[in-house]
Amino acid sequence: MDEHTTSVVLCGVGGQGTILAAEILAGVALNSGLDVKQTAVHGMAQRGGAVLTNVRFGPKVSSMVIDEASADILLAFETTEAFRNLKYLKKDGVLFVNDESIEPLPVLIGNEEMPKKPRKQLKELGAKIIDASMLAQLAGNPKTCNVALIGAFSTAMDFDEQLWIEEIKRKVPEKSIEANLQAFALGKEAALR
Amino acid sequence: MKQLMSGNEAIAQGAWEAGCFGGFGYPGTPSSEILEALAVLPEVYAEWAPNEKVALESAIGASLAGARALVTMKHVGVNVAADPLMTLSYTGVTGGLVIVAADDPGMHSSQNEQDSRNYAKFARVPMLDPADAQEALDMTKFAFELSEQFDTAVFIRPTMRISHTESVVEIHERKVLEQKAYEKDASKWVMMPAFAIKRRPLVDKRMDELTQFVETSPFNKLELRDTKIGFICSGAVFQHAREALPEASSLKLGFSWPLPQRLIQEFFDAVEKVYVLDEADQFFLHEIQALGFKPESFPYPLKSTGELSPRAIREALGLHLDQTAFAPIGNLPARPPALCPACPHRLVFFELRRMRAVVTGDIGCYTLGALPPLSVQDSVVCMGASVSMAHGFELAKPKDHNRPVFGLIGDSTFAHSGIVSLINTYYNGGSGNIIILDNRTTGMTGGQGNPVNGITLQNRASHELKLIPLIKGIGIEHVVEVPSGDQKAIRNALKESVNRADELCVTIVKGPCVVEYKVKGVQREVIQELCTKCGICSTLGCPAIGRSFDGYAFIDETQCMGCTHCEQICSFGAIKAVRGEL
Repeated sequence: MDEHTTSVVLCGVGGQGTILAAEILAGVALNSGLDVKQTAVHGMAQRGGAVLTNVRFGPKVSSMVIDEASADILLAFETTEAFRNLKYLKKDGVLFVNDESIEPLPVLIGNEEMPKKPRKQLKELGAKIIDASMLAQLAGNPKTCNVALIGAFSTAMDFDEQLWIEEIKRKVPEKSIEANLQAFALGKEAALR
Repeated sequence: MKQLMSGNEAIAQGAWEAGCFGGFGYPGTPSSEILEALAVLPEVYAEWAPNEKVALESAIGASLAGARALVTMKHVGVNVAADPLMTLSYTGVTGGLVIVAADDPGMHSSQNEQDSRNYAKFARVPMLDPADAQEALDMTKFAFELSEQFDTAVFIRPTMRISHTESVVEIHERKVLEQKAYEKDASKWVMMPAFAIKRRPLVDKRMDELTQFVETSPFNKLELRDTKIGFICSGAVFQHAREALPEASSLKLGFSWPLPQRLIQEFFDAVEKVYVLDEADQFFLHEIQALGFKPESFPYPLKSTGELSPRAIREALGLHLDQTAFAPIGNLPARPPALCPACPHRLVFFELRRMRAVVTGDIGCYTLGALPPLSVQDSVVCMGASVSMAHGFELAKPKDHNRPVFGLIGDSTFAHSGIVSLINTYYNGGSGNIIILDNRTTGMTGGQGNPVNGITLQNRASHELKLIPLIKGIGIEHVVEVPSGDQKAIRNALKESVNRADELCVTIVKGPCVVEYKVKGVQREVIQELCTKCGICSTLGCPAIGRSFDGYAFIDETQCMGCTHCEQICSFGAIKAVRGEL
């Protein structure tokens, strides 16, 4: 029954807009007529903790949880979180990673270390690396990183472009709609390059 | 119209559609969004209570007056509300009364993993267990009818995965209800022994009738597929099981209490091997065994703590598991939540650690002060425990114990149950040091109003609870208030408190939550020529402060909120406002 359920894991750091990105994806899936479940582990996320969101869609979705080795796509908003959550990805799953590394408190206070050469390691894993900060700058609003990533990610999906655009318009603050749509287009372009 | 809603929003919608008069609750993850969603719907009353007991009692009052009422709390909140709950079972209701107890298997944001299904059995109150947002809506709506039909409160028990999962729901109009007229009935509502003794058999009679009722309720769903194997479960676990074993037969218990014995019999008759799946406690397993059924044992142990998932179920059955193709990356740094940059709690923690104080802690954002590098709290047990535990520790500490003892509590938690503890210490002639961290909000659960800040859920006119007159009113003489951003004032106040060894002293450290009140000052920077690499600024545990590879401190300007805490503790004057601003 769940053969056609697509599983997407979105991960990042509190404050990066991971949950909004997941909600945009869930909204697009709903409006294309699919059943959807979207769950997030939050509560402590706004204190700079790790955020993990699962979005599943298909004709009929049962579980809201994505187990290890079962995500079709992993969309990581931060490189360390990409490494942490790789286990969720299927053998032939697709990996998108934002080219940003955020040092957590244990690193800042000198107790732990960041992974070495994250970009190189991720490239070897076949990740599509997206410089979302740069794209957001180009779009004219540094807060549009998450939508730039959604743009990149949309190239791995079959949804109609118009559905993405409508959903972004619905979910982002009105005054930043234009910048967000621009970020979406730039993200898409970057992924196709 | 179809739309995406979280389980919590769906419960609010269901209550609203049922014509519910109002909602009462205390915030607690994963339940907080229910009342917040209800509060913005038209024609409905909603309020935050200082604690869950007060919330339930207010709702019982509304029910007594003939109106439908909703009560929301997290699982541990039911402990606080258990006193009225156990006798509410005897009185029953007038207007429908629905209690939401949101469980947190896996303890994503809780201090324990207690299973509220036990409370349904314990209190003899029926419980519904939704498996998605649509069911959360339908069950809540239905629960009000059931409550009035059987003259009982009704529990809804969403787990975190139901409360915080968005799924597709269809919404409807609000039911127009005529409120029941109030009639005095002491034999039903005055639970003194003479009356309670007469109500007691009625409680059992009601449970017997409910047990018959649930046999045919559409929320209990028996589905036969492959009859060689089947599972019995409820809620989110049902979704995991359907995913793990799509061909297996299933008995989904929409009612997790009472259990439908005949339906369970029917399932055992039709299915060869029946497995029972539980999250948190083995509640169904033990109850089904108690009815005389013999479910299969799993060939491999089903995990008994934390959340289940499709994989956990397949693993217990010894079925094939897909393996990840990616080798684990070793030694990744942990990413624990941390106090925000400029958090008003930080300087107090810095001072308490410097004093090597024993700190009995409490529940809220400030619990994060227990993590390195601050590592302040010695204990955190439950809401309000900091004040009473400081009292007990103070009484029983060995004679040669020379570290100061502090009870540390937030404003909302103080109003929740810390006040009574403080009265107790004073009443019993206790001495000690209490700190109230007044950040003007209920921070950890998302910035809800509380009696101390006087902000109500629907922004009705209110009053701030004045802490100093309140505490002085108890009789405590030494109460001082210091600003959270002034290190010297905090240090002096804590010293003074400790010096008054035979007195009960309260220090209120006041400063608004930077997230909730969007407080921002001029950003700081490190003057490298003055930085001695001593590292003291790193001991604040501020996410905006790091150390470069050569040991100098640096401040991440995208995160710095200009609180000046680091500037105040730097002995070398190496931290200043950026671009020379002051």
